[in-house]
Parts: sequence; C-alpha cells; structure tokens
Amino acid sequence: MNLIRMKGVNKQYKNGVTAIYDLDLTIEKGDFVFIIGSTGCGKSTLIKMLYREEKPTRGKIIVGGLDVAKLRNGKVYKLRRKLGVVFQDFKLLQKLTVYENVAFALEVLGLPKSEIHEKVLKVLDLVGLKNKAKHYPTELSGGEQQRVAIARAIVNGPKLLICDEPTGNLDETTSMEIMKVLEEINKLGTTIIMVTHDTNIVALMQKRVILLDSGRILKDYEKGTYVHEGV
Amino acid sequence: MKAFRILSRNIRDSFKSVFRNFALSLASISCITITLIVVSLAIILTYNVNNFASLVEKDVTIVAFLDVDITDEETDKVEEKIKELDNIDSYIFRSKQEITDEMMESSDIFDSIMSEWSDEENPLQATFQVKVVDIEKIGDVADEIKKIENVSIVKYGEGMVEQMVSVFDSIKNVSFVIVIALVLVTAFLISNTIKITIFSRRREIEIMRLVGASNINIKIPFILEGLFLGLIGSIIPVLSTIYGYSAIYKKFGGQVFTPIIQLIKPEPFMYFVSLALVEIGILVGMFGSWRAVKKHLKI
Ligand SMILES: Nc1ncnc2c1ncn2[C@@H]1O[C@H](COP(=O)(O)OP(=O)(O)OP(=O)(O)O)[C@@H](O)[C@H]1O
Ligand SMILES: [Mg+2]
Repeated sequence: MNLIRMKGVNKQYKNGVTAIYDLDLTIEKGDFVFIIGSTGCGKSTLIKMLYREEKPTRGKIIVGGLDVAKLRNGKVYKLRRKLGVVFQDFKLLQKLTVYENVAFALEVLGLPKSEIHEKVLKVLDLVGLKNKAKHYPTELSGGEQQRVAIARAIVNGPKLLICDEPTGNLDETTSMEIMKVLEEINKLGTTIIMVTHDTNIVALMQKRVILLDSGRILKDYEKGTYVHEGV
Repeated sequence: MKAFRILSRNIRDSFKSVFRNFALSLASISCITITLIVVSLAIILTYNVNNFASLVEKDVTIVAFLDVDITDEETDKVEEKIKELDNIDSYIFRSKQEITDEMMESSDIFDSIMSEWSDEENPLQATFQVKVVDIEKIGDVADEIKKIENVSIVKYGEGMVEQMVSVFDSIKNVSFVIVIALVLVTAFLISNTIKITIFSRRREIEIMRLVGASNINIKIPFILEGLFLGLIGSIIPVLSTIYGYSAIYKKFGGQVFTPIIQLIKPEPFMYFVSLALVEIGILVGMFGSWRAVKKHLKI
C-alpha cells in the first residue's frame, strides 16, 4: 500500500517563485527514500507539503490516508501525530533535559506519566542515549543532539519519519552513526524520507533515491541502483 | 482524563510563565491592580449614591397648603379630589391646630407668640402632605393639586431632586469613562506581556505544532497566563475593598454627615463588589491575552 501519493502537485510561493512543478510521486509503506538535488531545487518545499507546513498550489497529496492538500489549519495536528520531523538544527529546548525534551512530545498530547516514562526510556535506548537522559542539550555533541531530536520525532510511534538534512551539521563519522540509527528505525517499520546533500551517504546506503532539479523529478533511482556521480 | 492532563499541564505552564517574566508580569499586574481599585471605588460610589438617591426620593413629599379660611366641608372636597388623582402613594392631613401645637412645642418663642392667637388670627394653613408613587412625575401631580379649589400653594423639593439626580449621574458617567480608559490601557499592557511570552516561546510553539498538539492546546496556556495576571492583579483590590469598606462603614457609623445619607451595609455588599472585581480582572486578562494570541500566534 502507498503511504504517500502525490499527483500533479504544484507549489508557487506568494512571491511568485514556483518551487515544485507538476510532480507525481508515490512512496510505499516501510520504504527508505532519499531526496537529493542542488540547492534551491525544491527538496524542502516538497517535504514541507508532506507535513503540511506548506500547502500545494495545485494537485493532490495523500499521506497515510489523509488528504493533506484539503486539510484545514485546525486539523493539521491530526497529520502531525502520524509523522515525525527532524531538522538540520535539531530544534531542542535548551532548558529541558534529554528526557524532558523527548517527553515533551507526549506531554502535549496528554499521555499519562507512566506511559510517557516507559516510551521515552524505550526510544532513548533505541537511539543509544539512555545514559544521557539527565543531560541538557548544551552538554551533548551534535550527533547526540540529533539523536535526541530523532527520539522525540519517533517517540509517539509514527508511520513516517521526515528528515530535512539531518546530517547537515555533522561530520562524516557522526553522520554515519545517525544513518545507522535511522536504518534501525526503518527496520522497525517506519517509513523514512530524508533530504540530503551528502551523496556519499546516499551512495553508501543504496536506498531509493529521488533526484530533483528545478522543482521536477529528474531521476528516480530504484533501491540499489544509485551510483555516485564522479565515483 | 487526557484533556484533564493537558489542561493541568497548561495551567502549570502558564503559572510558571507569569513568574518567568516577572518584571513584565509585574507591570501588567500593577496596572490591573490600579484599574480594579478604581473600579471598586466607582462601584461602591455608584451603588451608595443610587441607594441614597432612592432613600431621598422616598422622602420627597408634596405639601399642599389650603386657604386660611377654609371650612371643614371644603377640606373634605379637597381630600376627595386628591384621592382621585393618579400616582398617589399616600397622604396625610395636618390641621391648623396640629401644626400650631407642633410649632409651639418646638420652641418657647413660638409658644409665647402663638398662644396669643385666636383661631381667626392664626395665619398658619392646614396642609395635605402627599407622597407619590413615581417620583419623576411629581411635578405633574403638584400641578394637578394646584388646580384644586381652595388649595393656595403647592410645594415639593422643586429642582432639588432633579439637581441631585443630575449630580449623581455625572459622577457615575465620569467614573464610567475613567474605568473604560483604564480597562483599555490594562488590556493593552497584558496583550503586550503575552506577546512577549509568545515570542520567547516561539521554539516551544513550533515543536508543539510539529508533534501534533492541537491549536487550542497551543493557545490555551497564553490565554491562561492572561487569566492568571488578572487573578493575581485582583488580590489587592479585593482585600482593600473588604477591609477598606468595612472600616469606612464603621468609622462613619453607617452614615455620612446626616442620617439621611445612609451607607450600604458591608455585608454582603462588599463580597458582591469583590466578586465583580475578580471577574473583571479575569475578563480583562483573558481579553488582553486573546488579542495577543489572535495577532501573534498565527497557526
Ligand atoms: N517561504 C518561501 N517563500 C518564497 N520562496 C521560497 C520559500 N521557501 C523556499 N522558496 C524558494 O523555493 C525554491 C525551493 O526552495 P527549497 O527550500 O525547497 O529548496 P531546497 O532544495 O530545500 O534547497 P536547499 O538545498 O538549499 O535547502 C527556492 O527558489 C527558494 O528560494
Ligand atoms: Mg532545504
């Protein structure tokens, strides 16, 4: 079954810039998909429409059975509960500990304390940060902070994890650690869409790769067929 | 259960927020405090003035003086006519003799002069003292009575009543305008406080949206913060209303200058006023924060 279906999607920003042209795309449940392309080609715009940060100007977008293009502002939270989002800049709350940062995502949904406790510990274990639960973000390395952000994004057990350049601020080894965590999460059944500039990682991972160019899909590499240009 | 957990979390958060930006909150709270003290004074004043006005109105009487040489039959006719008029509450008749006796009793000078008068010489006039139901139409009733045969002069507190009512009205209006102005300034200040809270918690709001908190859930803490500012701001006004009014009442013994001007009893009056203050504080606080949320929390 398709988790994501986009058909004839167009996105023109208010200033007249068209970031996505007439795009068709389907993504299967359980997939791991990279989205690559040069700066400004519309990668972030594409995924922003998936979590309804932006609305398409035209076209149809279905995510997990929800008609995202038609979703009213007041209902966006329903979509957000089905997915997790991770960014290059982590977006952690500096005044909260690792544990509290992750628990935050469940507290705002009104889960009982005991359930929160259980879920947070489990997910911290998954990203390998159980021993840093009481630390504050400033006491962590970039890679560790990103793992906290990932933990927060998946603590509620979403079907889909969207990552916008999650390794953009990290060095090569740390990036690979993050990729291992993501792969682990993917193996547990979560669909992952990851935007990146790092074609080395993409070449290493051998997943489905979508190459965007000026708002259009230039190439859609099947799993295991991506070759790093220049390698 | 879930909604309750979210709410209690929101309450905790907004309470914390009040103290996190304490300097700012203090400005809003002081403004609410001042506003509510003025509101309290205005309410107390207005109610007391109204109370006093109605007491005075109850006391206003039309006095119809009868001709000096009126006969008993003619007096009966006057009484009949007065009875037939609309808007009459009650009346009493006071004969020449009664008035004379009363005056003689009240002072020795009158006594010595009046005791010499024979009935024909007595220049005093018998009167009907009439109370009306609707005080605003007292003038009409007086005019009607004036038309009755053998009635020579009709008097009521002409002008006095109207004057007093208009003075009270202007006191009410002025305090109303002041209260409205203060409320607006306060709402603006609170709105500003909440705006700053919203900006200082931008990241938190962003994350709440990302992880699927509903819009109302995101907005409630800021509205609650306004509510708390209003609530905290009403503490001093409520205490000063309760203690202040009781003290004033005690000091004046329930009346100001003359026994006519009666103060309203502190209980339960001051509790009603306090309740009104708390309600106004909360409403102003929530209105201010609602405006800030509407303007600055676009989600
Ligand atoms: N909010 C916006 N308003 C107007 N134009 C925008 C907005 N966001 C993006 N754009 C434009 O849309 C185009 C695509 O932007 P987008 O952020 O999707 O690119 P990207 O592929 O993510 O780039 P990068 O690799 O640098 O992150 C660019 O030309 C950009 O200037
Ligand atoms: Mg981008």
